[in-house]
Order: sequence, then structure tokens, then C-alpha cells
Amino acid sequence: MSDQERIAGIVAEHEGREGPLLPLLRDIQAELGCVSAEAEAQVAQALNLSRAEVHGVASFYHDFTERPDPRPCVEICRAEACQARGVEALMQAARDAAGDRVRLADVYCLGLCSVGPNAKLDDAVHARLDAAGLVSLIESA
Amino acid sequence: MTVVRISDDALAIACGADNLACAFAEAGCEVERVSSWGMHWLEPLAEIDGQGWGPLVPGDVASVLDGSSDKGVGTIADHPFIAGQQRLTFSRAGKTRPLSLEDYAATGGWAGLNRARSMAPEAVVEEVITSGLRGRGGAGFPAGIKWRTVLEAAGECKYIVCNADEGDSGTFADRMLMEGDPFALIEGMAIAAYATGASKGFIYVRSEYLHAIAKLESALALVQALVLPFEIEVRVGAGAYVCGEETSLLNSLEGRRGEVRAKPPLPALEGLFGCPTVVNNVLTLAAVPHILTEGGAAAYAAVGHGRSKGTMPIQLAGNVKHGGLFEVPFGMSLRELVEQVGGGTASGRPVKAVQVGGPLGAYIHPRDFDLPFDYEAYAERGALIGHGGITVFDDSADMGRQAQFAMEFCAAESCGKCTPCRIGAVRGAELIERIRRGGSRAVDAVETLPQMHNAPKQQRSREDNVALLEDLCETMRDASLCALGGFTPFPVLSALRQWPEDFE
Repeated sequence: MSDQERIAGIVAEHEGREGPLLPLLRDIQAELGCVSAEAEAQVAQALNLSRAEVHGVASFYHDFTERPDPRPCVEICRAEACQARGVEALMQAARDAAGDRVRLADVYCLGLCSVGPNAKLDDAVHARLDAAGLVSLIESA
Repeated sequence: MTVVRISDDALAIACGADNLACAFAEAGCEVERVSSWGMHWLEPLAEIDGQGWGPLVPGDVASVLDGSSDKGVGTIADHPFIAGQQRLTFSRAGKTRPLSLEDYAATGGWAGLNRARSMAPEAVVEEVITSGLRGRGGAGFPAGIKWRTVLEAAGECKYIVCNADEGDSGTFADRMLMEGDPFALIEGMAIAAYATGASKGFIYVRSEYLHAIAKLESALALVQALVLPFEIEVRVGAGAYVCGEETSLLNSLEGRRGEVRAKPPLPALEGLFGCPTVVNNVLTLAAVPHILTEGGAAAYAAVGHGRSKGTMPIQLAGNVKHGGLFEVPFGMSLRELVEQVGGGTASGRPVKAVQVGGPLGAYIHPRDFDLPFDYEAYAERGALIGHGGITVFDDSADMGRQAQFAMEFCAAESCGKCTPCRIGAVRGAELIERIRRGGSRAVDAVETLPQMHNAPKQQRSREDNVALLEDLCETMRDASLCALGGFTPFPVLSALRQWPEDFE
């Protein structure tokens, strides 16, 4: 199936929903790994919006990316509670372990603030990470 | 067969609860997955006949079952951390299976909704006003007054929007409630819908909360029929912190950029899609079923401190020994919360500061720990309760760095709608960096032009830069459209004034 057909399918699924743009873009991001300029144009056409409006929305939210990144992604919480529990001291080891193979992303709060430092890989969350724990998580990605 | 209760809360799972549950099952036990008691330092916690053991790893299973484990904590309900609480919103925490309708009904579920439906909508609103319940999202606006505005507003279509975009670091009560007691939130929304005449509800959950989203979806599939004709839909955010601000959240729900709207018009009159809308936090809505039970409103109003009625689910987080969820009536001092309940820092070092209310909350010095937990008392001190999160820092924290982080966070998350926040945060981060470096920027060519009357003609000194930062904070505080730009000065100025040595 071409990207265009996949997007058309997603658009059809959301037909009739109130305020469909955000859920629609989320599905496109999940399905295609990004919200490309072509996808924005197609969504704009389907929802009778301008391309600028759709691009404005897609570029506003951190979860949407313009290009796909096929690398595995480890999200590390860098917010205050994890800072207080020492996440910053782990970052150099994390970067060394990740290299170019794994993408490290910052996340501002996984809501596990009493057991940090925390990280997320795919759909699994991990708590109480020390340097060794975080490195092995990154290596397993 | 031995029944072992283990939490299926995301935090317990992140600490290894799934593996532990498997190990107990393999040892021949029947494992029940329940909500979390909120004693996070003990997770994963196993409960057998009311007795608790934690934190456990799968290798501990044999010793727990043969009675030789030294990780026992005694009777969980009598544990000082639990016995010291008065749980109303979290009355089911640790006790019920989150998606069990049987457990929910057996613990008083639906009593509030059934009673509300036997009353006139006006009377339901009146009870919420009587209870003194205030919005738990941070602003502390009386929930009943908001409901009354929506009830009296003319509109064919009205909405109930649950703000579950819990983005503040150090807070997790919304997540715990959605994962541990999703039916209570749904019941609260259904009561709000009945009281205000709304036909449709949205729960806007942040995308980071995968477990909560899944639980809510499953819970709705089970009980949607019970709350008809009211319909509820779960909507997932897309990683914007500012969408926790109510008008930004409404824009996001409508499929727009999550930019803040100017108020007025109030969302209660012109909210989602221009219709009257109740926007309430998860904890506000989840407190409602209890309030609507017989005598619940008066009981709720009877506890608390000053104008802060009822209980507050306080979240102890960061570098704290006994972190977790602690629901008590308003009024408890920080000293009790941090030192007695929380047991001091996890690292064992002295407490340097606590930040109350998330990234926008002030840093509070231990000498001010007598401050009672109360909306007005905090506001008087230039601090805020916010969503009730307390993040503890030990003496290794660099408060100048924390102040700079607050500005950087605001710069990254600003929606861009108003200038004080969009530009002020960037300039603020640069300024703090400059103050901390001890350096000073050379006067640039434009500043020396004759028409630049107000620009300094000499290099600014450190004192000048500090004065400039205070001035910038004042502008952000007074002129920003929403709390993001308006409250970022709280952590910055509180750090600057109480730990000036960290800015050198």
C-alpha cells in the first residue's frame, strides 16, 4: 500500500469525529514514522484546511516529526524530580552508549517522580536507573 | 491457594512488578493485580492477607512464602505512611482491581451518581459548592461555581473536559487515579454532565501516559452504557506541556495549535467549539462521587484549612526517602511532609530546597518549612500549591542551574502567543547564564546609538544584570497570558533570593 493510500485510510477512520486533526496526525506519525510535507498536504485537502494550518499544528507538537528516524529511541526523563535524583550525572554514559545507533530523546516527565531516574523504551517504562542500568537499557534497544 | 496482590500501576511495573507477579504465579500463587497503595519506595510491593513485603525482586518469592523474608513491612493498612492519611479521593488505592466493576460497586461505586440523578441539577451544583471543592489543577477555582456558570449558560451543546495533561514534574496523582480507579473519574464526569446538562465529555491525556490511556479505554468500554446518554471519549495529547493550560487544551482538542486563548470569554461560557464547557482536573472530578454521597458534601467541607477545604492528594517526589502519594486535609506543614512523612532525602544528605507545584512552583528553603499546605498561605509567600507535587532536593543541587532550567523549560514549551513568555524566557535563560558565568556582555554598536536613550552606555555589572533579571521576571509575571510565562518567575526569583551564592 502506498503512503497516500495509508493516509487516505486513516483519514477515513476519523471521519465524523469532532476536531479530528490531532488524532489523525497521531495515527499518521505512528503508522508512517513521521508527518511529512506530502502527508500534511493530503490531510489539508481531505479536511478542507489550508496546508499552512495543518503545518502549523504538526510543527507545534513535539510528538510529530518531519522525517522518519528508524533508530530505536530511548526517552530519558530530564525534569526536576529526576534531576533531583541524579539523572544529569548519567547522561554522559548514556550518550556514549547510544552513539549514533540509538536516538536519545529528552522527555519532561513520565510521572514516576518518586523512583527516578526514569526512561522509556518502546512502550516499557524503567525506573531507579543508575548508570549501569541505563547503559544496559540503551544497549538492549 | 495463597492470593498475592501486586499493583499494576505504571510505577510498580517500571520497578519490576510484572516479573514479580510472574514469579509468584510460578510458585503456585493466585496473583491479583490491584491499584497501588502509593508507597513508592516499597514498590513492587506484594500483599498477602493484608501483610506487605517490599521492595521485592523475583528471587525473594520463596522467602516471602516460607516466612523467612526480612522485607516485611507488617500490616499495610497500619503502616504509618497509610495510617497517617485521610484518603477520600484515593480511598480505593491499593484495595481494588482497577477494572473490576464488582470491586468498584462493593466499595461505594456509583452511589454518588445514583444519588445525583435523584436530585435536580441545581441541587447537585449546590452540594458541590457546599463542599468547598476547589479545582485541583492548580488555580484552585471553586468547582461548584464553575459548574453553576455552565448550568446557567445557554447552549445547545455543552461539554465536560477532563484535564489529564499532567505535565508537571513531581506530580503523578492524576496518573495513579486514572490507572488505579478509572471508574471514579468516569463517575465524576457523569455527575458533572448531569449537573450542567452536558452531553459529551473528553478526557485529554498526555501521550507519555500509555498505561493510563489503555486503562481509561478499557474502563470506558465497560461502563459507557452506565453513564448514557453522556458520552466520553479519550483524547491523547502530542507532547506539548502548555496544553495543560485549559484554553490551550481546548484548542488542542479542536485540532488547533495548543496556543493559549485570552480570557474572557471564560471556557464556562465559550469553551470547546464555542460551547459552554466545564474544564476540570482529574482529581477535581474524581473527588465528586464522594461529595455526592449522602452527607458527603458536609463531611468534605468539615476538613481542611481556612478556605482550602477537603483533602489534597500530595505527591512526594524527587530526592525523598519515602516518596509516594499522601492524601491529607489541607494545612499540614512542609516540615511534617518532608521530614516526618517523607523521611528526608533518599541520598541521606541534608535537604536544600523543595519545589512545590511543579516546574512553575517556587523553591522553598527549609527555614520556611512551617508553611501550612493551603492555597492562600502559599500565595501570600509568592509560592503555589499547583497540583500538589513536592520535589525534594538535597544539598548537591545547584539552585542557579535550576533557575536557568526553569527559564529554558519555559522557552522550549512556550506556545508563542504572548511576547513576555516567548521572548522573556529566552532572554531570561541567557541572562542567568551570564550572571552565573560572572561575565558581562560588551556594549554592542546599536546600544551606543544616540537614539537608544534607555540603553546602558557602559557594560552592565553583575548587580545591573540581577536587577534586569528581576525586572524581566516582573514583566513576565504581570503580562503573560497564562501561568507558563506568568509563574516561571516563581522558581527563578525564589532561587535567586534564597540562594544568591549559587548564582556566582
